[in-house]
Amino acid sequence: MGADFVQFSLTPLLIGVLAAIACALPGNFLILRRQALIGDAISHVVLPGIVVAFIITGTISAIPMLIGAAGAAVVAVILIEAVKRLGRIEPGAAMGVVFTSMFAGGVLILEQTDTSKVHIDVEHALMGNLESLIWFRAEGWHSLLDPAALATLPHELPRIAIVCAIVVVLTLVFWRWLKIATFDEGFAQVLGIPVSALGFGLVVTAAVAAVAAFDAVGSIIVIAMFICPPAAARLMTNSLEHQIWWSVAFATLSAILGYVFAGYGPLWLGATNAVSAAGMIATASGIILGLACLFGPHRMRIGVGKEPLG
Amino acid sequence: MQPFLNALLLQAGYNATLVAVGAALLGFAAGSSGAFLFLRKRALVSDAVAHATLPGVGIAFILMVSLGGEGRSLIGLLLGSAVTAWIGLLLIEWITRRTRLAEDAAIGAVLGVFFGVGIVLLTIIQSMSAGRQAGLEGFLLGSTAGMLFQDAVVIAVGGSLAVLATWLMRRPMTLVAFDSEYAAAMGYDVRRIDLLMMGLVMAVTVIGLKLVGLILIVAMLIIPAVTARFWTERSNRVIWIAGAVGGASGYLGAAFSASAPALPTGPIIVLVAAGIFVLSLLFAPVRGVLAAVIRHRRFQARVHRRQGLLSLAAQHPIREAYTLRLLRRDGLVRADGVPTQTGRAQAAKIARDERRWDVAREVHQDVGLTGRYDGLTPIEDVFTADEIADFDRRLGPPAAVGGA
Repeated sequence: MGADFVQFSLTPLLIGVLAAIACALPGNFLILRRQALIGDAISHVVLPGIVVAFIITGTISAIPMLIGAAGAAVVAVILIEAVKRLGRIEPGAAMGVVFTSMFAGGVLILEQTDTSKVHIDVEHALMGNLESLIWFRAEGWHSLLDPAALATLPHELPRIAIVCAIVVVLTLVFWRWLKIATFDEGFAQVLGIPVSALGFGLVVTAAVAAVAAFDAVGSIIVIAMFICPPAAARLMTNSLEHQIWWSVAFATLSAILGYVFAGYGPLWLGATNAVSAAGMIATASGIILGLACLFGPHRMRIGVGKEPLG
Repeated sequence: MQPFLNALLLQAGYNATLVAVGAALLGFAAGSSGAFLFLRKRALVSDAVAHATLPGVGIAFILMVSLGGEGRSLIGLLLGSAVTAWIGLLLIEWITRRTRLAEDAAIGAVLGVFFGVGIVLLTIIQSMSAGRQAGLEGFLLGSTAGMLFQDAVVIAVGGSLAVLATWLMRRPMTLVAFDSEYAAAMGYDVRRIDLLMMGLVMAVTVIGLKLVGLILIVAMLIIPAVTARFWTERSNRVIWIAGAVGGASGYLGAAFSASAPALPTGPIIVLVAAGIFVLSLLFAPVRGVLAAVIRHRRFQARVHRRQGLLSLAAQHPIREAYTLRLLRRDGLVRADGVPTQTGRAQAAKIARDERRWDVAREVHQDVGLTGRYDGLTPIEDVFTADEIADFDRRLGPPAAVGGA
């Protein structure tokens, strides 16, 4: 736990944990609203959003990318709605049509433009590169108090920290509305809560979280971060408040376990190279979900489980 | 244009020809089997299946290398991917049946976690034998460069088998897709047929890995089926139209991507399919947007025309501009708003039909007949001439409109 840890592991670990929490919070509501696959669609359209933002601005700075990806998510949601209504197509298929087409468009544009100088290549976009987000100038824990060293922190860290804070604040501010609208949309409408705007805001928030987490874990593994911790939490409790806390705990645990296993696991097994931290975080969250499915105190649907259902 | 035509006519060289034929076959197989998935409303299960192939590819490679093989054999890699895809499928089934999580959560969880495991395995392989990693990343987005003849044969044979299986299984699968409870009552094992349907989808996914990659193969399963739905209301036609759309996009996309550099095959095929989808959404004869707009305009015109004629009959002034324009165009009123001879005659007819309906409602207690009154259906379509004559006897002689 010395200087090496601060230099190589502290920032990726923090980024991983913050990303996992930022995704898990909206994920709770997406799961309860049966919109888990919106997370799937969003995470796929993040790529075209970022590519288009890069082409328009020519830089890979944070703000245009966030705007681009959030814009792509909004476009995707509108297109899905349009396909659903105009073509009278069920939501799953409408989603499948829209996000795969947008993803294909993103890959095509990426291949067409010369992005070799910058680091958005397709593989990083899909797999993430948590390991590369190291803090070069750190020399030990005392660097945390050294302004010169702090200035060289990888800029992904403050970005994900801000996004995570925004997600937390939004969840707290809209807590009552979200809770009512998630469980009883009709009642929420009667109370005068703008239900559809709230749903749209939830999707946009999820999109922003997905973009911020994109640096760390890539665009596909984000889906695991949206779904696994909240789904596992859902099997632990019947109260939404407790579910949120469980999901935050599971998200943190997956990020830490995943990072540690990816970095040190292979060394314990005698191998020399670390494996993908993003992939390992997803694996850890999957194992947690698996355990919750087997042993979670509230895993059963009420009235189901005693007799085998055909 | 010339290179595109060359590729279209299979003149762009050996490899391009292989890819084009393979893509067409794969597209057909994916479209027709995806149609069942779409009709069963489980389109996105295929997304999880596709992502769940990645760990299988990695495991198969590691196994083949550790057994002393070369690790690149396409069949071996595809078998491996089929195994983990199947495990992913069973896990989705298990989670939805045994826990209270909904299917969408199960799909997302399996998709993300299996992909994560696959990425971990890919990084292991990269460090394992640096020179021989065999471009497994190609399975993510497909890579057709340097496709071997035997790879094309695998795609062709696999695609044909998938089409054959679709054809053999079409009856039970259609039944389950439309009404699973009825199918169960008929004695079919719904769960087994569901798994078979998924097995077919999995087979297509695995075959398509090399060509379009695991992220975009979903599009080949979903988009043609959704597109086909616009053109017909009959399930057996949906299957074959979806196959045709898939085959056409595969062929056109492969040809297009061969005609210029930096046009990756998988995304181009998907975008061609998406283009066909958009065209169908807009211009399909009955379900398309344009058809709906035209239908709506016609309905609007009929309502306005009838309201205008009723006002003429009651000698009320018409102020609605659209109604006036419509009546004027049909020669029912003059430019100054005074009804013409035909206008008065038609107004009298409509007003009289209205009174006939009133009588009909008194005489008939049959809501099945009188319930068909919507103001637009001609009374002659609902009642026989004898009945209408009977209504007329009760009404008395017809009256002219406008005092003429």
